Amino acid sequence: MTDLAQRDVSPADRDLIRPSRGRALKPILLGALGLLGLLVLWFIGTDLLPGPGSFIRRFSPFLTVASLGDLVTGSDLLTHVAVSLKRVLVGLAFAVVIGVPLGLAVGSSRPLDTATSPAFQLLRMISPLSWMPIAVMLFGLGDGAIYFLLSFAATWPILLNTAAGVRALDQRWLLLGRSLAATRTETLLRIVIPGVMGHVLTGIRLAIGISWIVLVPCEMLGVSAGLGYLILDTRDRLAYSELMAVVLVIGVIGFALDGAARALHAIWRR
Amino acid sequence: MTKTAIAALEATGITLRYPGAAMPVLEDFDLAVAPGEIVAVLGPSGVGKSSLLRVLAGLQQPSRGAVRVGDQLLSSVHPRVALAFQDPGLLPWLTLEKNVAFGLDFKRQPRLSREVRAARVDAAIDEVGLAHARKLFPSELSGGMAQRAALARCLARKPEVLLLDEPFGALDEVTRAAMQTLLLQVTADFGAATILITHDIDEALLVADRVVLLGGTPAREIGQWRIDLPKPREDDLVELGRLRTDILFKLRATLRRI
Repeated sequence: MTDLAQRDVSPADRDLIRPSRGRALKPILLGALGLLGLLVLWFIGTDLLPGPGSFIRRFSPFLTVASLGDLVTGSDLLTHVAVSLKRVLVGLAFAVVIGVPLGLAVGSSRPLDTATSPAFQLLRMISPLSWMPIAVMLFGLGDGAIYFLLSFAATWPILLNTAAGVRALDQRWLLLGRSLAATRTETLLRIVIPGVMGHVLTGIRLAIGISWIVLVPCEMLGVSAGLGYLILDTRDRLAYSELMAVVLVIGVIGFALDGAARALHAIWRR
Repeated sequence: MTKTAIAALEATGITLRYPGAAMPVLEDFDLAVAPGEIVAVLGPSGVGKSSLLRVLAGLQQPSRGAVRVGDQLLSSVHPRVALAFQDPGLLPWLTLEKNVAFGLDFKRQPRLSREVRAARVDAAIDEVGLAHARKLFPSELSGGMAQRAALARCLARKPEVLLLDEPFGALDEVTRAAMQTLLLQVTADFGAATILITHDIDEALLVADRVVLLGGTPAREIGQWRIDLPKPREDDLVELGRLRTDILFKLRATLRRI
C-alpha cells in the first residue's frame, strides 16, 4: 500500500498555500487602527471640543489612564474583578447545566420544540433586568439575586444554540451509531454531545457577552464588591476619571472574555 | 440463484414495504454469500439497492423474509456485520486512529481488552496503509484517505460480513482503482463475505466473484453472473467485455420495462 499511501496526499501535507505573515498581520493592524480611532474620538470629545473648565474634561483619556495606573497598582481593582468574574462564571455554570440538557431535549423532539418555542422566545425577549425586583424578593439582596439574573440571561443563547446544534446534527453520524449498535447513552455521549459542541460553544460565547453586559447593572444593587459596584462607588466619590478607568477595565475584560471564548471555539473547530 | 455451501450471510424471501407505501421496494429477494466472497449488487439509481443493504445490515426489518448471519437470525444490527457508506462518515472531532477505534468499546459489541482493541486498530490502519496519518483529523485527510479510514473502522471489528454502499462512488478514477485493489487485498486477508452495492458495472466486474442485477418495481433479482476469472482482472478485458455487454443488455431491458 506504500505507493497508494504516498500518492494520496492529505490536505495537511498539501499545505502549500500558506498565508504570508504580512497577510496574517493585516487584520490585527486594522483592528488596532480602529481602536486608535476610538481613542482619538474620545480625546476630541473630552479634551478638544469642551471649553476650558468644562465638566466633560474630567473624563479625558489622559486622566483616565493616570487613574487606571493607580487602580491597577492598588489591590482593590483585582478584588472587584475577581468578584465580578466569579459571578459571571457561576451564572454561566448554572446556564450550562440548565441550557444544555434542555437544548438537547428540545432539539431532539419536534413536538417539544413546537410546544416550547413561543414560550422561550417570549421569555428570551424580556430584559433580564426586568426580573430584578422579583429576584431580590426571592433571593434577597446580594449574590443570590445576581446569580439568578445572570443565569436567566445566559440560559437562552445556550439553550437555543444547543437545540439548533441537535437539529443540524449530521444524520450519517447517527446512522453510524446505529450500525455500531450504540445504546442511547452511547449515542448521546459519544455522538450527540460532541456533535453539538460547536453550537454549545457558540451559545456560551454569546452568553458570556450577555452576562458581562447584564452584570454591571446587576452589581449596582445592594452589593459591596464587583465592577458595577465600583462604578457607583467612583461616581459617589466624584472620581470621574477613575469611573472612566473602570469602564475601560470592563471593556477590556469583556473583550478578553470574548477572545477566550472565540479561541475555545476555534480549537474545537480545527 | 447460486447458493453457496457455507453462507456467512443468507437472505431469504426479503420483501420490504415502507409504511404507507402502495408498493414494496423489494420483493422476494434471496442472496447467500460465502466467507471471502465478493458479491456486487448492481441496479439503476433508486431501485432499492441501499434499502436492501439496510435490511442486510439489520438497520431495517424486512416486511417478510429473514436474514441470517452464520446461524444467527438477524433481528437488529450484528456486531460482526460492518457497514461503510459512500460518505466516509468520520467523526470530525476524533483523530483517524480514534475514528477507527470508534464503537469497539460499545456495550453491545463483544468485550475486548484495551490491548486487543489497540492491536485491532493498529492492524486495520496498517491494512489500509494509513499508519502515517493516524493522528490526523478528518479535515486533514483527502477523500481517498477518509474512505480508507472508514474501511479500517469496519476492519477493526473483524467483520464476518462487510456491507459497502457505493463506497468509492465519490472518488476520482485513480483513487477508485487503488481502493478497488485495496478491497481485494482486504477481502483476501480478512475473509469477510462482502456485498458491494455499486452502479458501476466495471467496478463490479473487476472485484466481484458474483454480480447480482436488481431491477423492476418492486425490485427483485433479474440476473446473476458468476465471474470465475482470477484477480486482478485487468488482463481479461475480452471476457469482461462480453459479460459487460450481457449485463448492460439486461439492465437496458429492465429500464425499458420501467
